[in-house]
Amino acid sequence: MAAIKDIQAQIIEDFSFLPEWDERYAYLIELGQKAPPLAEAYRTEENIVRGCQSLVWLHRECRQGEVYLQSDSDSLIVKGLAALLLQVFSGQPAEAVLKADLTFFEAIGLNKHLSSQRANGLMAMVQEIKAFAARCAGGSI
Amino acid sequence: MTFDIKKIRSDFPILTTFVNGKPLVYLDNAATTQKPQPVIDAIIDYYTRYNSNIHRGTHHLSNLATEAHEAARKTVQMYINAQHEHEVVFTRGTTEAINLVAFSFGEAFVNPGDDVIVTEMDHHSNFVPWQMMCERRGANFHVVPFDENGDLKLDVYQNLLSDKTRIVAFNHVSNSLGTINPAREMIQMAHDAGAAVLVDAAQSVQHIEHDVRALDADFYAFSGHKIYGPTGIGVLYGKEKWLNAMPPYQGGGEMIDLVTIEKTTYNKLPFKFEAGTPNIVGPIGLAAAIDYLNGMDFNEIVTHEDDALNYGREQLTQIDGLKIYGNAKHRTSILAFNIDGVHHYDLGTLLDTHGIAVRTGHHCTQPIMQALGIEGTVRASLALYNTREDIDALVLSIHKVLKLLGR
Ligand SMILES: Cc1ncc(COP(=O)(O)O)c(C=O)c1O
Repeated sequence: MAAIKDIQAQIIEDFSFLPEWDERYAYLIELGQKAPPLAEAYRTEENIVRGCQSLVWLHRECRQGEVYLQSDSDSLIVKGLAALLLQVFSGQPAEAVLKADLTFFEAIGLNKHLSSQRANGLMAMVQEIKAFAARCAGGSI
Repeated sequence: MTFDIKKIRSDFPILTTFVNGKPLVYLDNAATTQKPQPVIDAIIDYYTRYNSNIHRGTHHLSNLATEAHEAARKTVQMYINAQHEHEVVFTRGTTEAINLVAFSFGEAFVNPGDDVIVTEMDHHSNFVPWQMMCERRGANFHVVPFDENGDLKLDVYQNLLSDKTRIVAFNHVSNSLGTINPAREMIQMAHDAGAAVLVDAAQSVQHIEHDVRALDADFYAFSGHKIYGPTGIGVLYGKEKWLNAMPPYQGGGEMIDLVTIEKTTYNKLPFKFEAGTPNIVGPIGLAAAIDYLNGMDFNEIVTHEDDALNYGREQLTQIDGLKIYGNAKHRTSILAFNIDGVHHYDLGTLLDTHGIAVRTGHHCTQPIMQALGIEGTVRASLALYNTREDIDALVLSIHKVLKLLGR
């Protein structure tokens, strides 16, 4: 497993080949379309991270101090953004997730999806992941 | 003066902005409108030449500011054809105006077991304050539903009205469906039952009839920022007889007559409802916006906006899988839609990359979305400066977005 900062660097590099907004979103949508749908069993009420405009499901698992994540959304763009988040965080040691600085969104110019907190569930998703990582690292799950 | 769209567009400096490298196509006017140069100038002029507190100074600047602020009240009075200047109360916006009435009218006239009526198509700002008031006063909260076209069910409304109805509140124009409600008829029906009426004019005052006396509205609320004026200023019109009979909403400076330890007496209208230093420049900017509109023939504005609206419906409905929400008998300014299999957030986000500003989501009308069984819509909303070209740009971009989405 590559380190979180290296994965973020890779994402930033990938996006540097896509200077136009159209291309960036096309790529995100492709990521969203390619990401496997969340198993029906995980589409539960308690896995819902509610944004004002889109729904995100986030399934969390803690195994031997590592965080494993799956997600889905009714919006393809949000699903693509979530897929990027999962690339960065899923399979990482909980301690590392907890300490990680999420820099790539800003670097690839997609920060507005994080900052318009109420519009989509993305910021809430990051908070949920961090909170889960804290419990996972603390050994409470 | 004839309606010169080129000239009008050039009056709004922001319309020449580029967004994401594309010329801005601004279609989010129901959220807020852009400001013409005279409004911007009036605000700058106020702060440059005569900024001062009002109604209390003896000095020159204070007099200038007070005069301009009160002249603005007169301008609003004339625009909505109120009988008296003191029936115009300045508020923060539509929301505050409605909260004021829900509170003060509720305190004075609504008792346990009384009825309050709103509609299923009202904005949260004209919904929640009444729910809160009903809870506080022990009154019953009733909601008039709308039909599949987006017209209110007037037969249900008629049946809800009774001698227990104290007040009815509804929007003249729906911000999510564009329905123009039959306000005169609805007000007459309420009056026949002995109830007062508040008209939420946030989406109507800039687009259609706005004569409070012709409507015979008891209360009428709108926001400056949706009628080409600044944010932070709104208007509550209330008939003198009601405003006089209602207790103040907030206490503080400006709203008092005499204050002693034993008792305070209140100022006369409209100041009784304007506690504290008001937004001084707000009305000045709003009056500049109204003066700007007064420089045109309002009927020409309506004709122009209707043309863009009808053209928009015609063009949008040709898009495969596109469904328009809101097919009421009488409509204005709103184009709300979804496209099969496309999430509204995705469509809105991708349109933004083409410089097209629309709004997506539930538009603060969750009961409407619940009635329609959807999570949200994409909404393009028009103002006097929008053109058929803006619609063409929207439609072209939708096609590009659909292609990007692989459809
Ligand atoms: C119909 C309607 N009522 C009330 C409001 C609230 O206006 P404001 O937020 O300016 O107070 C709006 C604004 O979106 C509206 O569209």
